[in-house]
Amino acid sequence: MESGIRPLGREKIWLWILLAPTLFGLVFSAFGALLATLGLSFTEWDLFTPPKWVGLNNYIMLFTDKRFLRALTNTAQFAALYVPGVVIISLFVAVLMNRSIRGISLYRTMYYLPVVTSAVATALVWNLIYGKDTGVLNYILKQFGLQPVCWLCTDRAMLSVVIVNIWGAIGEGMIIFLAGLTAIPREYYEASEMDGANRFQQFFRITLPLITPSIFFQTLISTINAFQAFDYIYMLTRRGQGDSSIPVVVFSIYRNAWHFNKYGVASAQAIELTLIVAALMVIYLWAEKRFVVYE
Amino acid sequence: MGKKIEKVMLDLITYLLLSLGAVIMVVPFLWMVATSFKQPADQFTMTLIPNPITLDNYRSLFSVDLNFPLMFMNSTVISLLVTVGQLLTCSMAAFCFAVVKFKGRDILFAALLATLLIPFHVTLIPNFIIFRFLGLTGTSVPIWLPAFWGGAFGTFLIRQYFLTIPRDLVDAARVDGASLLQIFWRVYLPLAKPALAALGIFTFQGAWNDLLHPLIYMPAAPNTTLTVGLAFFQQQMVLGGKFTVLMAGAFVSILPLLLVFFFAQRYFIQGIALTGVKR
Repeated sequence: MESGIRPLGREKIWLWILLAPTLFGLVFSAFGALLATLGLSFTEWDLFTPPKWVGLNNYIMLFTDKRFLRALTNTAQFAALYVPGVVIISLFVAVLMNRSIRGISLYRTMYYLPVVTSAVATALVWNLIYGKDTGVLNYILKQFGLQPVCWLCTDRAMLSVVIVNIWGAIGEGMIIFLAGLTAIPREYYEASEMDGANRFQQFFRITLPLITPSIFFQTLISTINAFQAFDYIYMLTRRGQGDSSIPVVVFSIYRNAWHFNKYGVASAQAIELTLIVAALMVIYLWAEKRFVVYE
Repeated sequence: MGKKIEKVMLDLITYLLLSLGAVIMVVPFLWMVATSFKQPADQFTMTLIPNPITLDNYRSLFSVDLNFPLMFMNSTVISLLVTVGQLLTCSMAAFCFAVVKFKGRDILFAALLATLLIPFHVTLIPNFIIFRFLGLTGTSVPIWLPAFWGGAFGTFLIRQYFLTIPRDLVDAARVDGASLLQIFWRVYLPLAKPALAALGIFTFQGAWNDLLHPLIYMPAAPNTTLTVGLAFFQQQMVLGGKFTVLMAGAFVSILPLLLVFFFAQRYFIQGIALTGVKR
């Protein structure tokens, strides 16, 4: 898109008026704020007394702070369970839905419901489902003669929370994969059928390679979401004082800034989170060059 | 013959698996609705059909002491303002990037897209500090005002759509003596309705369901949004043993989006399919 209309005379003013909000956001809210966070991360500031320059102290502390290290491992664990979970399940659902059978749009609506509705509202029901003595899930377990389980106790909370997060994200992944699947030419399947390929061979030899761009995209998005996950974790595992039974990095940032007024420490954690996500993106883009097939 | 049997079998398996999954997706919602019509004494009964059915939970939800209507109003106003702000400023910028030729356009657009890679948590703290020194924390202003300075996702989405509009239209309008602003307002905006609808719904949904921003800027009930309010009720009512009222609140809070979703489903799906996902 090299062409375009040129503003005439005084129209130049209008051009910059149309662009002004975006320019303001770009300078102050995005890049300016990023730099400000970087600056804040070298200080100790509670907003009540003047900020104090502490150099790299906040960063050094992150490596020794047991709570933060735990938040880091929790986040990594969460991502390691969540990302493959979302990608595999939503791909599976999309493959099922890509068959020409009746009633697909009704199924699509049902699978998409959790994406539309707020995590806060649905987490409230999940609390009822996960309840220890009165929960639906334990009631079902008891019907099968199994022992009730404490779903949201510390040792099992991670898995329970990941399940809810996956539940909330399948609808989105499904749409991405359906878009990719419908783009695969029918002839490929017809030709392979002539050659006597069975369904599994078709999936692994045709579908999977041709859908690698969608898989890559969905993995990328899910990873970003995993490192920013907050709502379900807040609603299902929070305790007093802004604490959680499975604190993740975002939780740690929130707690340090808005419960303890430690804006410097929180900034350092935010910068570290950004660096981790950026590093992962670099690895992904390298993997994209090697493994993703674009037609 | 064998082919036909294979097709029927595969269809059956597909239906079976999809239905099983659909139950898991939908049951939490059914449970929410069912519990909201139960009496508090029956809140943990394992039945989907309440007996007796009561509307008391909805009545107490709208009684004076809970301030639920205030939270509903706050969520509505904030979400509408955010949506208006995004639609307006994103389409303004998108028009410049798609249609107008000016110096530095490509670099500026690249810079804008680069902001998609900045996690929003990293900008949260400085923004909060600024709004605090402006004395605006505790009000809804810091939640909706930033929607009025554009955004990479919305601008990109609208720009993609603007690019599909034939250039002849612009040239014709130019010959008729239309100004830049007129071309934007009279030609491009009316033609971009599908993209604007998709972005509008997507933005409204994000604002309505947002938890973190209201939690930071309006943390105290009653003057807060539905999401923070429900989280607050959760602490109150679980202790008070009133899951039924909580479920009524949860259901009312998701009802507006559910209605929009059922009537305008394709715009939801389009928003995702067009450019991927924003979070």
